[in-house]
Parts: sequence; C-alpha cells; structure tokens
Amino acid sequence: MHEFSICQALITQVEQIAISHGALKVQSVKLRIGSLSGVELPLLEHAYPFASAGTLVEGSTLEIERAPLKVNCEACGLESEVKANLLTCRMCGSCLIRVVSGEELTLMSVELITT
Amino acid sequence: MCNTCGCNITPGNREFAYKPVNGMTPVSVLKNLLAKNNDQAEHNRRHFDRHRLLTVNLMSSPGAGKTALLEASIDALRDKYRIGVIEGDLETENDAVRIRARGAPAYQITTGSACHLDAHMVHDALHEFPLEELDILFIENVGNLVCPASFDLGQHRNVTLLSVTEGDDKPAKYPVMFRAADAVILTKSDLLPVLDDFDPARAELSLRNLGSRAPVIRLSARKNLNLGDWLDWLIGELVQKRGKLAADVLAQPVADPQSILSNTGMGG
Repeated sequence: MHEFSICQALITQVEQIAISHGALKVQSVKLRIGSLSGVELPLLEHAYPFASAGTLVEGSTLEIERAPLKVNCEACGLESEVKANLLTCRMCGSCLIRVVSGEELTLMSVELITT
Repeated sequence: MCNTCGCNITPGNREFAYKPVNGMTPVSVLKNLLAKNNDQAEHNRRHFDRHRLLTVNLMSSPGAGKTALLEASIDALRDKYRIGVIEGDLETENDAVRIRARGAPAYQITTGSACHLDAHMVHDALHEFPLEELDILFIENVGNLVCPASFDLGQHRNVTLLSVTEGDDKPAKYPVMFRAADAVILTKSDLLPVLDDFDPARAELSLRNLGSRAPVIRLSARKNLNLGDWLDWLIGELVQKRGKLAADVLAQPVADPQSILSNTGMGG
C-alpha cells in the first residue's frame, strides 16, 4: 500500500528535474522495476494520475520496463532467470545465489517539453 | 558510480538515457525512486554510528511476538546493555507502555493509517531519545509483512519474526520481506507440539529457496525458551558492529537494495 507515497516521491523528483531544465511540461517518464522491489506496477500506474495532478508532470505518460529476475550462482557460476519465491539456481539448485537483477526501482529517464 | 558525471550510463541502459525527440529534451536520471528516503536513512545511520549504537529493525505480521521478544530481551540484558525502543503502530501507546514497564526508554510513533515506518519518521523520533545512553536501539516496525521491507530506516540489521501460528510457507509468500532478513526468528515455539501443520524444517526450506543465508532461531519469549541463541546473535552483532566502527565501516542490512543496485550498475 505504499505505491502512492512512492509515486508522490517520483513526481517530486521528476518535477524538480523539469524545473531545473526550464521545461514547460513533462512528456513521459520511464521507470525500470523488478518484481523483488516491493512495488506493484498496476497500483503504481493507478496512483500516477492522482499523484501528478496539478504538477508539471500532469498528463505525461508513464512507461514501465520490467527488470527480469536473475540470479548468479556462487556454486556453479551460472546466471539464470528465476521466480520471486524460488531464487535457487535453475541449473544446480544451490541457494548460494546473488540477485543480479530484479530489485530495481529506478527512474530511468524523463522526456521534457521545452518549446 | 555517480549520478552527476554520467558514469552510471552503461551499454545496457544507454538507450533510455539518450533519445532525441523533436521539441523535447530527454533527461537521464537513473535515480532510485526511494532516493529521498534513502538519503534520510543514511543520515540516520550516521547518527547511530556516531553514538556507537547497534540498531535493529524488527519486522513481522501483527501479533507474531515482537514486543514480547523485546520484553524478554530487555529482561535478559538489562544488567549489561542499555536498550531503547522506537515503536511503530497505527494507533495507541500500548507497546511503548509495555517497554517502559521493563525500565527501558521507549518512543511510540503512531502512523495513523500508514502501514510502515519510513526514515523521516524514525529521524523525528531520534530527537526524543537519549541516544548517547544506549547500546542497542530496536525499531519495532508496524506489523506487516509487505511494506516495511521496502523502506530503509538507517538500521544496521533486519530481523524478521515468523510465529509458528502462521504458515510455514510465509517466506515463499512474502519473498521481499524474508529476503531482507539478517536473521529469522521462529517465535512461540512452545506451541509447536500442538501445531502439527507448522514444520520448522519446511519454514527454513522456504527461506533457503529465496537464497537467504540468514540464521533461523527458534524460541519462545513468553516461556523463556531458547532465548540464548537470539541473545548470542544480538550481542555478536553489537560486538562486530563496534569492531567495524573502529575500522570506520558503515554497516548495512544484508539485502540493502542500494548495494545490489550498485552491483548491477543500476543505482547511484
């Protein structure tokens, strides 16, 4: 249930970027989010128009790229794509893994309308 | 890597950073969405380190026994260590009253309807607290297995409680929370003989399937059963922390998202 406050933080960040670049409006916002980030995409998308209302970000499109969930196995060295509740190595089954992708919660880029 | 010179632009994400569009200016940012909270958390962590504190964030479902574990820990350690507690609940001062009754300072944050504590709330609470008089500061987070895992408070260690009255597949159901744990405590273990549907081995397997190496400690705070392993872990962390402080290293929770992001070149 924290998607709305995360969305508000996002809008604040984007608006600051827009202001610092002298933009008239924000055209689009791109995020990269992994399934282990603790953020649900539909909830974030739903919160976006409400959180952006009355700001320079209002009316912009939100594009979200899903980061694949990948682990690197310390036992066999393989990198494999896994499920969020079964992070063991797909090849050898070891639980000695390191998540290399899937925890991202990142603002990737912003397109601004400056003219 | 930093966010100012562009060195965080890698071949994998360059396409997001530069995309010329007529009449529009693409701006590369690559910032963590929780940057504001994380900045505050880092500030809090420096506070704790300056006071040579070990700060432990306790998380679990409501009713798993966080306050009972704190009461038992304060009783067991009161002669040797000074413990303080920041309590997070939606309403009431009940937990803070219980902690104060054990002779430890406690500050209650009532979040209203917010389902987690964030770094700013914890920072506000610190000003109400005698940090210089403490060895260990516990932050008892709001009872919730979802949101608290996403917010760094500046703590050094995360401890997640799983009571044996819950399902032993909880780690599989709440992977974000259990992956954040530096230690997992199975509480209310005195009830195991009458709960034939909770298998501690299955609970541990469910945790290992997340790639977690956190120790699993089984205890009953109410019945004072097996508290020793928990207290040993806690004191071990304090000793290690103070050793690290001497070496000027900033301790962070094991599954701190920032460290993983920086490993993958996605963070800043």
